[in-house]
This record gives sequence, C-alpha cells and structure tokens, in this order.
Amino acid sequence: MNRHQASVLIRHEVGLHARPSVKLTKLAKAFESRIDLGLSPDGPWVDAKSIVKVMATKVPKDSTIYFRAEGSDAKAALEALVTLVDGDFQDGR
Amino acid sequence: MDDRAHRPARRIQGRSAAPGIAIGPLVRLAVVPQDTRPHRSVAEEHQALVDALATSQEALALLASETGDAEAEAILSFQIALLEDDNLAAPAFALIAGGEVASRAWMMAIDPEITSYEEASDSNFRARASDLRDLRDRVLRHLAGEADQSLPSGVIVAADDMPPSMFLATDWRDGGLVLRRGSPSSHVAILARSRGVPMIVGVDVNHLGDGKDALLDGDAGVLIVDPDASMRDLYRQRHAEQSNLRQAAMSFGGPAFTARGERVGVMINVTGLAELGGLDPAEVDGIGLMRTEFLFQGREILPTEEEQYQIYRRMLEWAEGRPVTIRTLDAGGDKPIAGLTQSSELNPFLGVRGVRLSLRHLDVFRAQLRALARAAVTGNLKVMIPMVTVPEELDRCRALLEEAIEELCREGRQARMPPLGMMVEVPAAALTIEDFDADFFSIGSNDLIQYVAAASRDEPQLADLARPSRAVFGLIGHVVKYADGAGRETSLCGDLAGDPEQVAALLDQGLRTFSVAPGALGPVKAAIARYSGAAA
Repeated sequence: MNRHQASVLIRHEVGLHARPSVKLTKLAKAFESRIDLGLSPDGPWVDAKSIVKVMATKVPKDSTIYFRAEGSDAKAALEALVTLVDGDFQDGR
Repeated sequence: MDDRAHRPARRIQGRSAAPGIAIGPLVRLAVVPQDTRPHRSVAEEHQALVDALATSQEALALLASETGDAEAEAILSFQIALLEDDNLAAPAFALIAGGEVASRAWMMAIDPEITSYEEASDSNFRARASDLRDLRDRVLRHLAGEADQSLPSGVIVAADDMPPSMFLATDWRDGGLVLRRGSPSSHVAILARSRGVPMIVGVDVNHLGDGKDALLDGDAGVLIVDPDASMRDLYRQRHAEQSNLRQAAMSFGGPAFTARGERVGVMINVTGLAELGGLDPAEVDGIGLMRTEFLFQGREILPTEEEQYQIYRRMLEWAEGRPVTIRTLDAGGDKPIAGLTQSSELNPFLGVRGVRLSLRHLDVFRAQLRALARAAVTGNLKVMIPMVTVPEELDRCRALLEEAIEELCREGRQARMPPLGMMVEVPAAALTIEDFDADFFSIGSNDLIQYVAAASRDEPQLADLARPSRAVFGLIGHVVKYADGAGRETSLCGDLAGDPEQVAALLDQGLRTFSVAPGALGPVKAAIARYSGAAA
C-alpha cells in the first residue's frame, strides 16, 4: 500500500487562511491520492481537498500541520504540498 | 419610443447629500429577495439549488476575471473555491431530501458556518464570515430568480442603503446615488462629496422603476424620473457649467486670507493616496485628517504594520513637509469592519467604537501605532485619537505609543514620538477640554452635532435637529478659546468646515484652521476671503 505522511510548519503571516487555503486545496485536488490534513500526527483528519473543511480547522500561524496521503501519487502529492507550505504559499499564481 | 416620450416626468424631492448633476438610467440595487416560489417536489427543489449554485459560480468567475484588483480577486477566488467544494452545500441537499425548500435549506446549511467564523478567536478568520454572508445572499438571489447586479458606470444607483465598502468598490464616473436611508453626514455622503459624486437621501426608492431615464440634482436634492427632452437639455447644460465651475473653484490656489488679511489654514480630509492624485500639495496647508478605517475595510486580511507604514510614509512624502494628521482606526458606529467591530450592538454610535475599540484590540492597535511611530521619522506627522471621552483613554494611548517606540528602538528600527492629539466629538470631552493631555485638538463636528442634539445623523426625519446649533457653536468656541490660551492648535475636520455658508460662523468662534474635503477647497477659501468680521 502506498501510504505516506509528512509535516510542515505554517509560517504564513495569518495562518492557513483564505488565500493559502485556496492554493493548498487546489494543489491537493491535482493529485489522485486521498489526502488528509491534521493538526497532530494522530489527527483528527480532514479532507485536504475541501476548502470548507480546511478552513474550518482555523490553523493559526506558527503551528505545524500534518499531511497523510494514500494512493498512486501519494509521495509526489506530499512533496508538492510541503513545498507549497514551506515556501509560504509564494508559488506562481 | 413614443410611449416613453409621452410619459409625464416625475419629480421626487429628497435631501441633498452631495452636490452635482448626474444624468443616466436608474439602477435599483436589490435587497435580498424572499423566495416566493410555491413549494415543489424534492427533485425540483434539489435542481433549483444545483442551478443557483452553478449560476452563482459563473457570475463570480466573470467578476473575478473583470476585476483588476488583486485584493478583490483573492476574495472572489475564495468564494469560488467554497462553491466548488461539495462539502459546502451537502447539508443543504440533505435537508432538501428531507422535504425542506431549497432557500431555507441553503440558509440552514450556511448560517452555522457563518457563526463558526464569527466566533473564531483570530480576527482574520472572523472576517471571513462576511464572505460567507455575501455568498449566501448571492445564492439566495439566484434561488429567487434574480440575476446578480454589478453596477455599471454612468448610471444613477437607487438603494435602500449602501455600505462604504460598496461605495468604494463602484465606478462612479458620471454616476449618482439615491438612498432611502442615510443622511447628508453619513460616511457614504462624506465619500460622495470628496469624490464629487452627486447624491441625495430620503427618497422612497421602492417605487422607482429600474432602467428608467433619470436626472439627479444633488444641489437641490431632487430626482426627476422620465424627464422630457427640454428638461434633459437644461440639465445637460447645467452639468457642463458645473464642471467648468468646479475647475474654476479648484484653481483658488495658495494660502487663504480673510478680507482683513488674517491667515487661515485650510487643510484636506482624505481616505487614501488615490484622492491626492492631481492635487498640488502647494494648494493646501497639509492633511488635516487622514481616515485610516478605509485601509481596513472590504479586505481579506487586516493591513499589516509594514503595509500601513508604506501608505503613511507616502502620504507624508506627498505633503512635502506640511503637517499630515493621521487618525487611528475609527471603526464602529456606521463604519463596521469585518472581524473587528461588534455586529450585535444595540446602539453602535454609543457603543464600542473609535479608541474604545482600539483599546480592546491591542494587537491591531499596536500594529498601527508602530507603523505610525516609524512613519513619524519620514515627515511632519501628527497622530490623532478618535472618540476620546475621558483623559485616561488618551493617557493610555500615549503610553502605548511610547511603548511601541521603545520596542522599535530595541529592534534597531528608527521611530519617533509624533505630536499626539485627540478628536473632540464627545460632548463630555469638549466640556472638560482642559483635563486632557493632548498636543492638539481637532473638532469632529459630525459626531459632536449628533451627540449634542441626541439626534442620529442617519434618521431622515430628524435632519433638522441634526444640524449645527447654537449649543454646538458654543462648544466649539469653548474648545478654541481654551486651546488658544494653552498654546495648542485646534482645527475642525467635520462637514461643517466644508460648508461655505458656515465658514463665517466658525471664524466668529475663533477657529483658524479648517480641514475639508478636496472638492470643497475652492468654495471654502472663497468664503474665507469674503470674511471681514470679528478679527481682533
């Protein structure tokens, strides 16, 4: 089974807020794998492709978020998501 | 065509809020409609919501592609992303399956989401509640079968009321505004005057036909619907004359003197850099009031210290050494800010607003004070605190500003203590003005008038009470006299200062510094030049 987990620190000035969340869920949706986001390594988990769920976690600045992914492109998905968050969501528009 | 030509013209009397003439079709700004469709089958209700969601999404995508503004685009793309997410409407579809009508199901699904954002501890998350409300209402409009409205330029907009953020987001070129609510001293009216948008209030807009030809006379406070050809020609002519006149008034440049040769300071009130375009700083004695609440409104996130610093710095740069008085956030009252002001106040004008709000949101206030202390190094900055009622509030602000400066110095940044003054708009402060440790005073006549008269400036029926009275002039005279004796400056930055007919009465009270909307510079300077009264 192709399962992966990763964590990354949110440094964005206002946390995982509207604009970052739009970018994050858009990127997550580009992958086939099921991708979850959590505030601890043991969850609870929410669907990282749902902006409603991601925003509902109200992740503040300077908190670590956890991803877990399961599927054919799980590893690539996590790498891309961690790069996005680590780069402070500064990727192309 | 013939039919239209023969329809009799209708003349509707309202009250003038901003002068000028506008000619164009009426556009009725819709309130959120009630869904009055008869209840249909579960399948039909389901389809109605599917369709409303799809058309809302298309409309938002179109809006997002047309806006040239990154901030607006970000807000819209967030709303689009929410609509694209099936999780948003899933509870609504479940309710519909259980027999609920689509509109109620949609509201029941969205309202708890809105509440959860409203209750968030982080103000940036709280501010998202307004996006969800916007989205909720847009879908409701589609469910009721009404199309979205975007406001084209060159039209006369008729609405019940309009929030300042919406006014700012509209292209008013050659347009005008007709409101049922609001008053000549509401903030939308202030904006309308400052941007030269003709506006009248107190008009029953419910019976105005959408799309009808209309003439708006902001000077007389009159709206004419279905004008005949001769009326239209007359207004076209007046419109042309007025633009010439306005240009002539603007050319009343240089310092202002009374007929006896006494120098009077005339400064301007602004909300941001945009209004300074095309204005020569040499024509004014500085910026008497920069309102900062507009930096905070209609945004996705509150402005950062750095962003504020850059804007303040550029205002000071524009002024070329002339004084620039920046007022700290004056939110609350009729200037709500998503995520910051309290929406549930029974009487917002007597509630947590101005400095009262700032002292309860120290994170937001500190960021602004830091930005101001840094900007003070780059020019002739003065900082003004709004809604001060008792001396302790101002003392607290001074201490916070000093703290911010110490903190900045520790961080190795340049900062300076600017003169710290206060708005005089609460009668209690005006009456005990000698108790306040302020470096300067600025009289906010709009609020002072409504607090002295206990008459809301937004209640059309009380417009006659909410006018400058002898009681108000008495308080102004009291403050000016004390300040003169104590060697401190006093200016007046409310609408009273920009009314040429009140200039003489204010000069009589000893006032020698006016701060007015840029559009009023010419007329006010002309009125000062005519004054030959009581100069000592």
